[in-house]
Amino acid sequence: MNPRRSMFLRMLLRSALVRPGRALTALAALAVAATVATAMLNLYTDAGAKLEREFRNYGANLVVVGRGGGALPEGALQKVESALGGRGMAVPFSYAIAKTGDGAPVVVAGTDMERVRALNSWWSVTAWPGTSGDALMGARAAQAISLGSEPFDLSFQGRTLQVKPVGTLRTGAAEDSRIYLAMPDFQAWTGVGVSTIEVRAAGSPQQVEEAAQQLAAALPAAQVRPVRQILEAEAQVLGKTRSTILAAVALILVTAALCVLATLTASVFDRRKDLAVMKALGASERLAHAFFLAEAAALGTTGAVIGFALGVGAAAWIGRANFHAPISPRLEIFPAVLAGSILVAVLAALIPISLLRHVQPAAILKGE
Amino acid sequence: MFIRLVYESFRRQRRRKLLAGTAIALGAAVATAMIAVATDIGDKVNRELRSYGANLVVYPQEDTLDVEAGGLNLKPASEGAYLREADLPKIKGIFWRHNVMAFAPLLPLQAEVSAAGGSEKAEILGTYFSKELTLGKERFTSSIRTLRPWWKVEGVWPAEDSEQVLVRTDLASRLKLKPGDELRIAGRSVRVAGILDPGDSTTEAVVVPLALAQQIAERPGAVRRVLVSALTKPEDAFARRDPGSMTPADRDAWYCSPYANSIAFQLREAIPHSEAEQIRQVAQNEGTVLTRIEGLMLLVTLAALVASALAVSAAMTTAMLQRRREVGLMKALGAGNPAIAAVFLAESAILALVGGGVGLLAGMAMARQIGLAVFGSSIRFDPVLLPLVLGLAVLVTFAGSAAAVRSALRVDPVIVLRGDA
Repeated sequence: MNPRRSMFLRMLLRSALVRPGRALTALAALAVAATVATAMLNLYTDAGAKLEREFRNYGANLVVVGRGGGALPEGALQKVESALGGRGMAVPFSYAIAKTGDGAPVVVAGTDMERVRALNSWWSVTAWPGTSGDALMGARAAQAISLGSEPFDLSFQGRTLQVKPVGTLRTGAAEDSRIYLAMPDFQAWTGVGVSTIEVRAAGSPQQVEEAAQQLAAALPAAQVRPVRQILEAEAQVLGKTRSTILAAVALILVTAALCVLATLTASVFDRRKDLAVMKALGASERLAHAFFLAEAAALGTTGAVIGFALGVGAAAWIGRANFHAPISPRLEIFPAVLAGSILVAVLAALIPISLLRHVQPAAILKGE
Repeated sequence: MFIRLVYESFRRQRRRKLLAGTAIALGAAVATAMIAVATDIGDKVNRELRSYGANLVVYPQEDTLDVEAGGLNLKPASEGAYLREADLPKIKGIFWRHNVMAFAPLLPLQAEVSAAGGSEKAEILGTYFSKELTLGKERFTSSIRTLRPWWKVEGVWPAEDSEQVLVRTDLASRLKLKPGDELRIAGRSVRVAGILDPGDSTTEAVVVPLALAQQIAERPGAVRRVLVSALTKPEDAFARRDPGSMTPADRDAWYCSPYANSIAFQLREAIPHSEAEQIRQVAQNEGTVLTRIEGLMLLVTLAALVASALAVSAAMTTAMLQRRREVGLMKALGAGNPAIAAVFLAESAILALVGGGVGLLAGMAMARQIGLAVFGSSIRFDPVLLPLVLGLAVLVTFAGSAAAVRSALRVDPVIVLRGDA
């Protein structure tokens, strides 16, 4: 190895090892700042996705209906599902107006119980129907028909179906007045096809918009309607939350960077004697400065690596504590953290160096 | 002598003190801003969540079943019970009246509509567009617009107590109507103020002022349903309990918490012969979303506190390390350790109070800016923050300097003064 380079490396290494306390203080400050920065940036990039998942609980954001209020064509559900391609879920609904035993009209709906349970998590249901012939009674429908759990008859266009109420449904909306049956039961009885498909498309507003276009292309006979109540409110709340977090993250990053800058500047300034000794022994100005900058860069790199590892852990913990799902580490943050860390460290070395540039080594060594 | 030492230290090392003070002020500002934002974000987001519309509904006790599916209402208009319009202002008289952001009555009916482009039987909805109501001395405005913020109108919104209506886009295109045209509802002539694009599964094709709907239906003072939008607290196990089976103390606590359930209970009490319920799609989910966002901000605030504590203690540590010579000199002149520590800690305390105070003001300004920029309203500032932030600033500054003072006191003055340390 080139002897000059080996001497340079040796000085770097020894300066860290001989005075471990000083190097460690600076490193600790850098690492903590990098940890906070990593955790916050990771949180910021992932929080949107996590919150979107929470907003998914509001239910369908797209509704597919037949044009002019008619039924959807055969196989519409399969087409919707293949157009979605796993990026969301679709629940079919069919409706018919049936008559109860005493002739009162009631809306009976057929649906896929498994799916509706996943889509509409706010439905408060005492017991979900399991077997054929079971009915889920809307709370007001149950009160109006009031037979307890006795099976009762429903008639539609002269055909009668006996159903057994197994659970009650409470939503506070139109569902409370309806009776829900499993789709096969409903279709065998009424022969009415699927009239509405409620879709929860996953992702950002743009992705939902794309999904709506794909659905419209896949089903020319149907009308795809975005549910503005859900889409607009979600965009509004999500956007404002993200802006607040962004402002907070920016404040935190600035504080962390300034804190590291102050600590490192002071620690380099404290070592002005080392600089003076190097110069007095004949080191060129460039070499002496290169030495301090290299030291700063090495500190910055080490601090960034340690901080990134800790920060990813912190973000994962925050994810689990708040969203019950870990926030996945974002590797694309690392270059930013690394660059920021080195930049701050080098800047911290440059300030005292430029201040000391015109000072004679003799003056520093004399302690003036 | 003690006071003089401290005073001279500030006078002679102005730059150094300014640096440390700035660090403390910065830390305190960030901490203040974040705590203020985090404590108020729940309220702010709760208000934003009201853009999902009503979360409570009031309907008559003896109501018959709705027969409504796929955009069609087959319930005969004459059937079912009604609420009295005159009872509506009582909603603003319940215990949690300040949490009631908006409410609007609904009266659906069916009638023949006709225009130049043809005629058909249509669903009609009567409601308030901008109704002035009074309860006692309090005046407030009730409007469907705040409950259906996603409704888009081309043209203008109808005025209250007018013969102006909104027509849904599909009916408007069938009847070839545009804003300003005349429309006949059950023989009455009205004016189309705007074309409505509801963007939801609203069944009604014509929306009219409530008074007009009551006249068409020949039901003066009748209302079928009332939508209420209220600020609520996320539901927990206590909220779901039945107030009937509670001890009196529990019942009071339940009644005085703004749960959706207890507000529904108070609405039932306020309006005779009524039943009130939460609209679960809106009410249930806003609780989870609110809890998550509050939790997120709390954790971010924690990170901000760590970062600012770090900034302050790092600044204090380095400031102290640079002054080891002073410590050595004091020791050499015969000062005891407690006396020296007292001088430095007094300096820190002054710095912390001044820096913390400046930071507090700056932080309040920052929080205000964040509130205005993001939510369009300033952040409510809790006076409790004042002692809290100042206390934190003093504590962190002390912690930062105490460790450095201790290590400075351990060093042999001879070594420090020779310049070997």
